Amino acid sequence: MISDKNNEDKHFVAPYSKEVSFDELQDAPPSGKFRLSITGKLGVIVVAFWLFVAVFGQFLAPYEENDLPFPDDYSEFQKPRAGAWLGTDVDDRDILSRIMYGAGRTIGISLAGVLIAYVIGVTLGIGSSIAGSRIDQILTQFFNIMLAIPTIMFGLVVVAAVGSSIPVLIITAGAIFSPVVFRLSRALGMEIMVMDFVEAAKVRGEGYRWIIFKEIWPNAAMPLISDFGLRFIYVILFVSSLSFLGLGVQPPLADWGSMVRENLGALQYGESVIPILAPAIAIASLTVAINLIVDDVSAHAGGKLSGRL
Amino acid sequence: MNKKVVFEAKNLCINAVRDDGSELPIVKDINFQVREGEVVALIGESGSGKTTIALSSLGYCKPGLKISNGQTTLFNQDLTTMNIEELRQIRGEKVAYLAQSAIATFNPALKINEQVTESAVIHGSKTQIEANEFAKGLYHSLDLPNPEHIGERYPHQVSGGQLQRLMAAMALCGEPSLLVLDEPTTALDVTTQIEVLKAFKKVIRERGAAAIYVTHDLAVVAQIADRIVVLYSGDIQEKGSANEVISKPRHPYTKRLMQAVRPLPAAGKKTKANKTDKVIQIKGVSAGYGGDVMSKPKEVILKDINLELSRGEVLGVIGESGSGKSTLARVIAGLLPSFKGEILLDGEKLKPRLEDRPRSELRKIQFVYQMADTAINPKQTIGNILGRPLEFYLNIYGNKQKERVLELLDMVELPKEFYTRYPHELSGGQKQRINLARALAAEPEVLLCDEVTSALDSIVGANVIDLLRGLRKNLGVSFVFISHDLSTVSAFADSIAVMYKGIIAETGSVHKVLSPPSHPYTDLLISSVPELRVGWLEDADKNIQKAKTLLEKEYII
Repeated sequence: MISDKNNEDKHFVAPYSKEVSFDELQDAPPSGKFRLSITGKLGVIVVAFWLFVAVFGQFLAPYEENDLPFPDDYSEFQKPRAGAWLGTDVDDRDILSRIMYGAGRTIGISLAGVLIAYVIGVTLGIGSSIAGSRIDQILTQFFNIMLAIPTIMFGLVVVAAVGSSIPVLIITAGAIFSPVVFRLSRALGMEIMVMDFVEAAKVRGEGYRWIIFKEIWPNAAMPLISDFGLRFIYVILFVSSLSFLGLGVQPPLADWGSMVRENLGALQYGESVIPILAPAIAIASLTVAINLIVDDVSAHAGGKLSGRL
Repeated sequence: MNKKVVFEAKNLCINAVRDDGSELPIVKDINFQVREGEVVALIGESGSGKTTIALSSLGYCKPGLKISNGQTTLFNQDLTTMNIEELRQIRGEKVAYLAQSAIATFNPALKINEQVTESAVIHGSKTQIEANEFAKGLYHSLDLPNPEHIGERYPHQVSGGQLQRLMAAMALCGEPSLLVLDEPTTALDVTTQIEVLKAFKKVIRERGAAAIYVTHDLAVVAQIADRIVVLYSGDIQEKGSANEVISKPRHPYTKRLMQAVRPLPAAGKKTKANKTDKVIQIKGVSAGYGGDVMSKPKEVILKDINLELSRGEVLGVIGESGSGKSTLARVIAGLLPSFKGEILLDGEKLKPRLEDRPRSELRKIQFVYQMADTAINPKQTIGNILGRPLEFYLNIYGNKQKERVLELLDMVELPKEFYTRYPHELSGGQKQRINLARALAAEPEVLLCDEVTSALDSIVGANVIDLLRGLRKNLGVSFVFISHDLSTVSAFADSIAVMYKGIIAETGSVHKVLSPPSHPYTDLLISSVPELRVGWLEDADKNIQKAKTLLEKEYII
């Protein structure tokens, strides 16, 4: 058998049985189900932890956010000790309690901001990819102008004009980040609009509602969800930056960004650097953890996302 | 037969490595040789591993694949153990690769000559001046127009068929001992395919190079190969001289492949259609793109088209790319409004624009797309895809809808389990059946089929045609069947319309169109359909040239 197979000049016919049918070959193995990697799972744990703290932190915190743990022993930037496990801050308040109170504020404001950016961006972006070229032109140019304004500068101007409050912060963040979402969803929408299955739906006579929600949206959802994570990080950093500059959440309310600013002095005069390190680590761990999840999601979506951004 | 062995695959096994680390065999214990001056064809359907084997002769595996056993040798040098630097010396110099798509291979920003001579100059086998002279010689052998100056053009300034031949020049410029051709004529029109095939054959004979020719098309193989290796699912099924495999196939799989190549039917086919009951009448329709398509488009594609389709009839529309045959289907479907003439459906005038047509009219005309991959939404289940036309046109919901969808699956010969599946879990042929079933769900009177089999493998395509034939008999639907492939069209259609540059060159029953005298363009198409026998290319060439001269006289191209 072997020698026969290797002799090039002989006609070779593979052995076969009569029953074997030569069925159509599968040309692609089905792609696997979505699975988180180890780093992705770590990300989920950290994010879940912070979300829990954001919701229940204020009920579980050992002190009110502006209470003094040691009223008889006033001294700024105290080292961690029993009763204040992360030490105290510039006004001798409990760092742990303030982080727990601040979590809700930082995450809540950012989440609300990114949601507003998404509602505006996705609605107008996908709408723009379907609407005629005139509306598309107007919207695109408007958002391009918005994109050209530096984010922090824009925030500074708004806060300077109307003053700082939590609703103003949320709306500003939404306005600042909607152009990027608009561009992404418009690009996605246009890419999907030219696919044959959308044309097939048009030939069938489907209306806009079906085309948007049943044909385009399911195909755009995955990339948009992973971008949502990324955008959330940017908004957290933006809100924290504004707070650090003193324009975000106003004292005495706690928020991670403003905690970093308030406790800057700890670097120079403090007994420990924990007052400044703790809120910084909180911001970093949350953003990195979201990033780890986004990596997994966008790898599953085909890794094309970075090209579109 | 004691010629020197150029390339040999010994017990070659290639595995695909899955994400979880497990391995799936793609190529299973393959043995074959390529000797000096010999063309060996690897033939099989997509998924048979033919391209993977061909690429292994360059010492290359696609990402995610690895050679798990055996070796490939080039002049007794083992390619599997070479490092990148050693492989670099060999590629382009000793072995050259011709990809399927020349358009994707050429860099649009560089002149053709630079790209053709590049590899020879880099390897130092020729100076730039020598390489230029050599390339000109190749352009002559490849019968390219204006061989002295064609190299000074950019890739977009030559036609697809010419670019394909220029890619052959690129591969041959380093005078390789082994040429690997991967489906080099598949993307071309039939008449262009003949020219390219002829040029390849000539140049391979002249240069005495050995070649591996990868294709799914037996008729093409018959013209160019000395020996044939038939592959199925990574395994050799049959191997032997071209003559012997084609005239006396022994393995059942080879026989099946042969059956899928249809010869032109003998004239004298009967038509059952009722000639008096017209479903669609197209009267003096003109349409085009750009500018104001409704009154005066910038570029007119269809000029004064007149066609009729009787109830239960299959009208084959044939022509090459750019002839306007797909545009015609888009005009009937209303995707592109016509600016002149009218289309009647059941004697009622159709509005030119899709948006103005009522749902009942839309239901009667259904469009089946060429690429099932893009024509069905990857995020909807098969049940939803097929259920939608039912609720949209016929108000069928709930359990009744599910029942009807299962009936439709049965109609296109797919199992009921597919109801809950997603498109990516189906093969190409199965997706095309879903595509068809979706159109049938609307219970249409006319199906517009745009190249429905051309993206499919020959056996799969033949199965789809058989299915269409059965459906037609049972449902009495009329078809407008568009294809560039005359043998497919004539096997299925009752009448044929030949399109050429936006006009109907000839129309009539299959019998009438296929029997002489016909329009010179029809002659050209007829004589370009490859026949499954060795030596056909040489015989056909005379007829093709004659038809071309006639055509040029008439149309002054």
